[in-house]
Amino acid sequence: MQSAKSEFWTGAKAAVPIILAAGPFAALFGALAIKNGLSVFEAGLMSTILYAGSSQMVGIELFSADVAPWLIVFSIFAVNARHILYSAVVGQYIKHLSFTQRYVSFFFLIDPQFALIEERHDKGIQISFAWLIGCGLTFWLPWIALTIVGALFGSLIENPAEWGIDFLLPIYFLALVMGFRKRSNWAAIVVASGAVSILAFHFVGSPWHITIGALAGIVLGASIGIPKDAKVASV
Amino acid sequence: MEFSAATWIIIAGAIATYLTRIGGHVVLSRFDHIHPRVDAGLRAVPTAVLAAIVAPYAAYYGVAETITLVAVALMALRLPSLAIFCLGWLCILGLRQMIG
Repeated sequence: MQSAKSEFWTGAKAAVPIILAAGPFAALFGALAIKNGLSVFEAGLMSTILYAGSSQMVGIELFSADVAPWLIVFSIFAVNARHILYSAVVGQYIKHLSFTQRYVSFFFLIDPQFALIEERHDKGIQISFAWLIGCGLTFWLPWIALTIVGALFGSLIENPAEWGIDFLLPIYFLALVMGFRKRSNWAAIVVASGAVSILAFHFVGSPWHITIGALAGIVLGASIGIPKDAKVASV
Repeated sequence: MEFSAATWIIIAGAIATYLTRIGGHVVLSRFDHIHPRVDAGLRAVPTAVLAAIVAPYAAYYGVAETITLVAVALMALRLPSLAIFCLGWLCILGLRQMIG
């Protein structure tokens, strides 16, 4: 077992390439949050305490659409529901940590953090608290800082449609969907959710198309089921 | 200090998110295994929610928007996310100039 200090820096180093790739999206989030009516403080707060990229984007998409508050919170919860699986898995790896250490560590359990934990556990290395925090802070602090930078720049842009900025969220969401394409039942879920959402958008109206479309995909995914040997780590 | 409605929504969203991050450990770890249907349903959630958000943008918002999303989907088969994102941005800007 290495010293806590070197564990911390090993974790931090593992996170660097990923935050470099994800950082621009924090700035984008900040800019779009302003465009969708949040203040710089609210955008920064969201990155600090909610801290979950895709659900933050979904959140601001709904803020601008004048949606009932409980539905925004529910949508954020729905997008982050996959974390329930992560914490079930990671909880097994960190049984040796104290209660406080465990529940602090869970706060940092975003997608790439989970992927790095899986990778380290696969190598047979015990997951230490220092490593988790080194990794977690290296994602979290730049994520907050870049959100604020993006928010400050975002407030300078006057006509977002002229710059195509109004269409960046759909592009971002579609890229995420495509990134999931190796997952079980992906094509069936995309077609079901997409088609039902398009119909619901027309016949029921926004924002209900999101809930109705998503439910169609989830029910379909649950009824097809997944292969027995599928790993949670297929993120 | 007076909090705005948005601030309260963010705080509630943060609590909901933290609950998902401890939920598996607190609840699912009490069972020997996760029911396969629950497991499959949970895994479907991100894809289903995001596809449901995107689909109307491809269907109702205009020709430039539809073409851009098709192009993004195709580029995503090969390129990393940041590249897809930048090219998608150029695509919507260019097509709106041309088509209007």
